[in-house]
Amino acid sequence: MISDVLIAPFSDFAFMRRALAAVIALSLGAGPIGVFLMLRRMSLMGDAMAHAILPGAAIGFLLSGLNLFALTAGGLVAGFAVALLSGLVSRSTGLKEDASLATFYLASLAIGVTIVSVKGTNIDLLHVLFGNILAMDDPTLLMVATNATLTLVVLAVIYRPLVIESVDPLFLRTVSRAGAPAHLIFLGLIVVNLVNGFQALGTLLAVGLMILPAGIARFWSRDITPMICIAVAAAILSGYIGLVLSFQTRIPSGPAIILVAALIYLGSVLFGRVGGVLPQLFPGRHLEA
Amino acid sequence: MTVPLKFQDVTLGYDRHPAVHHLTGEVAPGSLLAVVGPNGAGKSTLFRGLVGLLKPLAGSISTGGLDRRGIAYLPQIADIDRSFPISVFDFASTGLWRTVGPFGGIGKAARKRIAQAIAAVGLTGFENRSIGTLSGGQMQRMLFARVLLQDARVIVLDEPFNAMDASTSADLLRLVEHWHQEGRTVVAALHDLDMVRGHFPQTLLLAREPVAWGATAEVLSADNLAQARRMCEAFDETARTCVPDQLPSRAA
Repeated sequence: MISDVLIAPFSDFAFMRRALAAVIALSLGAGPIGVFLMLRRMSLMGDAMAHAILPGAAIGFLLSGLNLFALTAGGLVAGFAVALLSGLVSRSTGLKEDASLATFYLASLAIGVTIVSVKGTNIDLLHVLFGNILAMDDPTLLMVATNATLTLVVLAVIYRPLVIESVDPLFLRTVSRAGAPAHLIFLGLIVVNLVNGFQALGTLLAVGLMILPAGIARFWSRDITPMICIAVAAAILSGYIGLVLSFQTRIPSGPAIILVAALIYLGSVLFGRVGGVLPQLFPGRHLEA
Repeated sequence: MTVPLKFQDVTLGYDRHPAVHHLTGEVAPGSLLAVVGPNGAGKSTLFRGLVGLLKPLAGSISTGGLDRRGIAYLPQIADIDRSFPISVFDFASTGLWRTVGPFGGIGKAARKRIAQAIAAVGLTGFENRSIGTLSGGQMQRMLFARVLLQDARVIVLDEPFNAMDASTSADLLRLVEHWHQEGRTVVAALHDLDMVRGHFPQTLLLAREPVAWGATAEVLSADNLAQARRMCEAFDETARTCVPDQLPSRAA
């Protein structure tokens, strides 16, 4: 009975297996990226980036229809342009990253909307907006997995400068020039993972698989390594439960996955070992030293 | 290092307004130099210029072939995210950057050195604590451990003993003197004149412009100190362009 609900959908249907594989691949990339976004106080910036990608994807859609490579290429170009330009502006002037990013992503959004309305096509962008992880074909799945692999490898390469840049940027500037490239590469990884996510979850919810698991992880660990592991685990768990939920109830898969992550987040806020509400309300007797 | 740090008619500042004006002088290798002056005298600006974070508006700073990134610099206002989940041990280990770089492993010998540095600043037992749990004094001790690991020929400390209690200051001052004995060049901005007189052989008295530079006892005279207070005038938004021939030529 339980296996009918939890396992049968995946053993019976290939599209469910592909969806599960996709969500696991997505989680492996998005988990660590999300943790760094959170620790660098850039969570909302991930959201802004998701908006910046939208026009690029829309242009790709206009030019070649529902071709996932065109969508991805358009999204990557728009996302990289916005990320790099805002990164360069905030690094070479005194303007803070959030202000310069807001400017560039709004401009990008405006350009995208302009192009779409001038073209005057009444296109269905629902797929781009909300994605469809259940319609994942093999080339797309391969691409998602490739991007996730790339993310992990690149993150391993820039890990040390990225950590030092997050905790003590001035120190890194005095000992090395690795700070700026690490930061820019990290911005690029955000874009890659957002584009990766929007085929499964859509441009609007792709960022959810980064931010929510990272938020969950913050409540369970004080050290960055376990935090990353917890974030990945939480993302995979949300993906799995979300797919089962979607299969059984016909809730769309993207929202189901993010809703499950939100519920786990809520549980973590209440019961989390590190700074959760209940442990703070009932901390137990104080210690000796 | 056998070549001195040379300041040649250096002017450092922000938006063309000088904060350090026409400074010329040398810091001999292995010297222990205190930089003294009122708030706003340009001490921090001078250090930012020395470590290469700020480009001089005019003149030049020569480190005698020493890579700027080989100078250990402890800023006054550290830009450290104390909520970042990193342990004291890992944080201190970043001092090894010059030897391990972004990819080098931290092996047994390096771990031993890190443990020794943490012990030298009196933080043994704190290795696995996250940096957010440290007090102000413990934080400063940890930053000194990192400087220790940087193993730099030139060490620049910007008001390292501010808001430190007596025992922390004393412990950290011992480290500074130890670095001096090892032949490293140490430059430190300080406010405690008794400490300067007691422990720092050389002093630069700065008040935007150099007031005096030399042996501590001569520099810290009542006259010089009074003059430094007078000279530290405010930033003038409408200041005119500084014309070189108003000043004696110091080109070397």
